[in-house]
Amino acid sequence: MLFQSISKNALLLGTFALITTGLVALTSSATRERIILAHHKALEKALLEIVAEDSHNNDLLNDYIEISSPLLALKKPKDAFLARQDGQPIAAIIPAVAPEGYGGSISLIVGIQYDGTITGVRIVPPHNETPGLGDKIEIKKSDWLLSFNGKSLNNTKDKAWKVKKDGGDFDQLTGATITPRAVVKAVHNTLKYFKYNKEQLFANNPDEAKPSYLKH
Amino acid sequence: MSNYKTIIKDGLWSKNVAIVQILGLCPLLAVTGSVVNAVGLGIATTTVLIGSNTLVSLIRHTVSDEIRLPVFVMIIAALTTCIEFIMQAYTFELYQILGIFIPLIVTNCCILGRADGFARKNTVLASALDGAMMGGGFLLVLILLGGFRELFGQGTLFANMNLIFGPVAENWKIQVLNDFPGILFIALPPGAFLGLGFIIALKNIIDDKLEEKAARNEPHVDAGTKRVRVTGNIA
Repeated sequence: MLFQSISKNALLLGTFALITTGLVALTSSATRERIILAHHKALEKALLEIVAEDSHNNDLLNDYIEISSPLLALKKPKDAFLARQDGQPIAAIIPAVAPEGYGGSISLIVGIQYDGTITGVRIVPPHNETPGLGDKIEIKKSDWLLSFNGKSLNNTKDKAWKVKKDGGDFDQLTGATITPRAVVKAVHNTLKYFKYNKEQLFANNPDEAKPSYLKH
Repeated sequence: MSNYKTIIKDGLWSKNVAIVQILGLCPLLAVTGSVVNAVGLGIATTTVLIGSNTLVSLIRHTVSDEIRLPVFVMIIAALTTCIEFIMQAYTFELYQILGIFIPLIVTNCCILGRADGFARKNTVLASALDGAMMGGGFLLVLILLGGFRELFGQGTLFANMNLIFGPVAENWKIQVLNDFPGILFIALPPGAFLGLGFIIALKNIIDDKLEEKAARNEPHVDAGTKRVRVTGNIA
């Protein structure tokens, strides 16, 4: 009797496991393409925000190179995206991490023209900065990130790559110094990285066959 | 018919998941920083509730008591995962904001609670309605709390609603308070506790008023009528 009831229940449980897993598998395969597309679009939108669409004529999303460097503080190698006009280097979008944020690491992408001028900086969600204070580094919440536009190692000396409280050029945020301090430092390091590595970044010519950028 | 009326009233008011049963507080408190987040989580939770209640009710004669809980959990987990896929595919930005709280719907006690406490013993139609109403009640509280916190935390209402409703909702944002710096306390988690407290208090005041009114309108009870009063509904 006992054995019968156990085996009946086991069979039932197994059946339900199969049905529910099947349901998940079906939904997964039905939404797979759209999810990849959504990731792709989100990435493209973020990239085009900091490197203007009309400044280059290559396929930005498919022209990338995996990079990693202590200066960028990346936990694992990430892709840098390269903008070219008729094969000539225009700008690069470099991923970086600000490890000293108030709530932990903050991921960034920094758009840099080939001459070393910043075209834009964006925060890559998620981050753990305090809502209402540190989260003003998000472009949605305040214009603070725009203060990096046009800066370069040439027009801003090493000493000036700090928040005003520390004697530098950049505003801190009301009620938050640690977060902007971390971001300024990370952007500065990214510029240094770019200065030393830009030839290598653009070394590979674009039009060789690469798998389409569909990783996620 | 009156049965369905009770289900509707229970779900939206007298057994409201969030302010009477006080269930599912973790996502409730965490994501109600704005109306759009509240609506997103509310709709997702309601969908899972309707789906899990319906399925559980459908299989209520098949599954024996001993294995009912693991089966319910499998159903809920599968539904939530499906919703997660769908949100990722169609409302990607919202998915990024709600992040961890979508998978956490699985652990929202009200869903297993309704499956085991209601759907297991009732018809499919009643169970689906119960899911919709319980979810609706949860959604209403989420919206109230999200509205309160968005208004006093950021000075706006219905900002970014296009994340859910698409381009039609681009202009739904209302700048209620201009040049308002936002009360940080309300934007942070303590504001959620405070707001939820206010909502519960408000509900109790309304309940008291209704009771008073009912007592005044019916000064004497007809002979033979018996009224049963139930307090402290805990599923």
